[in-house]
Amino acid sequence: MIGNYPLHLMILVLLWGYIYTSWALMGRLGLVSFGHGAFMGIGAYTVVMLWNHFGWSPWAGALAALAFAAAVAVVIGYPCFRLKIVGHYFALVTLALSEVARLVIVALRDQTGGSLGATPNSALHGGATAAPGALQFSDKRVWFWIVLAFWLAGLCVWRAVDRSMARLALQAISEEEEAAASIGIPVTRAKLRITLISALMTCAGGVLYAQYQLYVNPDTVSGIGISLQMVFGAIAGGMFVMLGPTVGAAFTLLLAEGLRLAFGNRYPALDSTLYGAMLVLFIIYMPKGILGAALDALRARTAKPAAPRSGNGMPSA
Amino acid sequence: MEVFDIFLLEAILNGLLLGGLLALLSLGLNLVFGVIDVVWICYAELIMCGMYAVYYLHVQYHWPLIAAMVAAIVVVAVLGVILHQCVIRPVLSAEPINQLLVTGGVLFFLQAAATLVFGIEFRNLGVTLPSIRLGEMSFSAARLVAFCVALAGMLGMYLFLTRTYLGTAIRAISQDRAIMPLMGVSPARIFVVASALGGALAGLGACVLVLQYDVHPAIGLSFGPITFLICVMGGLGSMAGGFIAAFVFAQFISVGGFLFQLEWGYVFAFAFFIAVMFWRPQGILGRR
Repeated sequence: MIGNYPLHLMILVLLWGYIYTSWALMGRLGLVSFGHGAFMGIGAYTVVMLWNHFGWSPWAGALAALAFAAAVAVVIGYPCFRLKIVGHYFALVTLALSEVARLVIVALRDQTGGSLGATPNSALHGGATAAPGALQFSDKRVWFWIVLAFWLAGLCVWRAVDRSMARLALQAISEEEEAAASIGIPVTRAKLRITLISALMTCAGGVLYAQYQLYVNPDTVSGIGISLQMVFGAIAGGMFVMLGPTVGAAFTLLLAEGLRLAFGNRYPALDSTLYGAMLVLFIIYMPKGILGAALDALRARTAKPAAPRSGNGMPSA
Repeated sequence: MEVFDIFLLEAILNGLLLGGLLALLSLGLNLVFGVIDVVWICYAELIMCGMYAVYYLHVQYHWPLIAAMVAAIVVVAVLGVILHQCVIRPVLSAEPINQLLVTGGVLFFLQAAATLVFGIEFRNLGVTLPSIRLGEMSFSAARLVAFCVALAGMLGMYLFLTRTYLGTAIRAISQDRAIMPLMGVSPARIFVVASALGGALAGLGACVLVLQYDVHPAIGLSFGPITFLICVMGGLGSMAGGFIAAFVFAQFISVGGFLFQLEWGYVFAFAFFIAVMFWRPQGILGRR
C-alpha cells in the first residue's frame, strides 16, 4: 500500500509529464509555442464554469472545452502558418494568446472568481468517495490510473507521429520551409494538424488538472508563467526524446520537493532559483536536455569499443 | 454626457502619458534586438533589478534619490553586459530560438532570486508626487515626469545613433551583420556596447517606474509581455515603429480600461496585437 504523499507526487509527475509531452509534440519540430497556457486554461475553466453555473457534467464540459480549444488553435494557428510567422515571431504571437486567456479569466471575475480562483461544486455527498458523473474522486488511486492512462496515450500519440510521414514533413519544414513547400509538402496543413493535436492534448490536461486539484486559478492554469513552465519543463528533460518531457516533470518536482524537505519553507524560492540557473546552463551546454544528453553519452560509450572492429580506416555506412 | 466626455479625454491623455512610458521601456529592447538579433525576454526583470537598486540605495542606505537612480542605471548596464557575455555569447551561433529560450531561463532565475533575496513584499520609495489638476481632469505628476524622461531618452538615443561614430557603427551592424567586420568594426565590441546601452535604458525605465509603482519580484510579468509585444508590433529593431506601437497600445489600455475594466483594456491591446501580426507579420515599420 502506497502512502498518499508519494501517490500525489506520482500523479503530478505523470500529469505534468503528459502536458509537457503534449507541448513537446510540436515544440521539437520547430514550433515553439508560448501559448499553451491558453489551452490548459481553456480546458480547466470551461469545465469548471459549465459545471458550476450550468450544471453540465465535466464529461460534456470536456467536449465543449476541446471544441473551444480546437477553434482557438485554428483561429490563431491558421493565419500564423499561412503568413509564415515562424521562430520567435511565432513564440511572441502565441505569448500574447496565453496572456489574453489569463486576462479574460481575470476580467470575468463575476463568473470566474478572478485571480482568487474557483472551486468546482462538490458532488461527493454523504461520505461518497467517487462521483464518476462529476469526474470527482477523493481516492487518489483512481486518479493515478486515470492520469497514467492519459500519459500512456500521450506517448502513443508521440510514437504514432514519429512513425508517420507527418514527422518527416514537419522536420523538413522546420529546417527549410520554402524547400519543403517546393517538393509538395502542404506546409500549412501539416503544421496545423500537429498544432491541433498538441492543443487538444494540453486542453485535456487542463481538464484533468482542474478535476484532480478541485481548484483553478488563472495564474496556475494560464498566462505566461504556466506557458514558460511547459516550455522549460520539456527542454530540461529533453524535448527530442519520447520520455524527455516526463523526465523534465520528474526532475522539477523532485528538485522542489527535495529542497523543501531539506530546508523546510525557510527559503521559499530556492528551488526556482536553482532551476532557473540550471535552465540557462542546460540551454547553453546541454540543449538536448537531461535525457537527451544521457542517451547521447550512453551511445558514445557503447559505440567506442565497436569502432575499431567496424573497419580499417574506411567510414562504415 | 458632458462629464462622460471629460473623463474620456482624461483617459486619452493618461494613455498618452502611459504611451511615453511604454515607449521608453521598449527602447532598450529594440536597440538590443536591432544590433544583436536577440530578444531579451528577461528585459523586464532587468528593470526590476534596477527598481530594487533604487529602492535599497535610497531607502536603506539613504543616498539622495538622484544619486541612487544614477547608480541603478550603472548597475543595470553592468547586468546587461554580464547577461550578454555569460549567457548570450555562448548561444550566438546556436539556433535563434535557443537565444530566446536562454533569456527566458534568466527571467525565471532573476524572478526567483529576487523572491529569495528580497522577499515577496511590495516595496515603495515613499515618495509621492502630487497630482496635477487641469480643469476637472487630474494627472499624476509621476506619469508626466516619466513621459518627459521618455521623450528625452528617445531624443538622446536618436542623437547618439545619428551623430556619433559609435552610433553609426551600431546602425551599420544592425543593417548588415556580415559586412561590418570587413570594414574594420568588431561586432563583438559593438555587441557589448549595445548590451550596456540596452541595460542602461532598462535602468532608466526602472527609475521612472519606481516613482509610480511598488517593486516586487513579479513586477516583470506585468510589464514584460507588453514591452516585447510593443517591440514586435512596431517591427523588432525599428525604434520609430516601437514608438508608434507604444502609443497605440497605451490608448487601448487606457481607453479600453476606462470604458470597461483595466483587464479588458489589456485584452483588447493583445488581441489587436495578434490582428496586426496577421496583417503585417513584420510589424508596422519592420523589415524581415
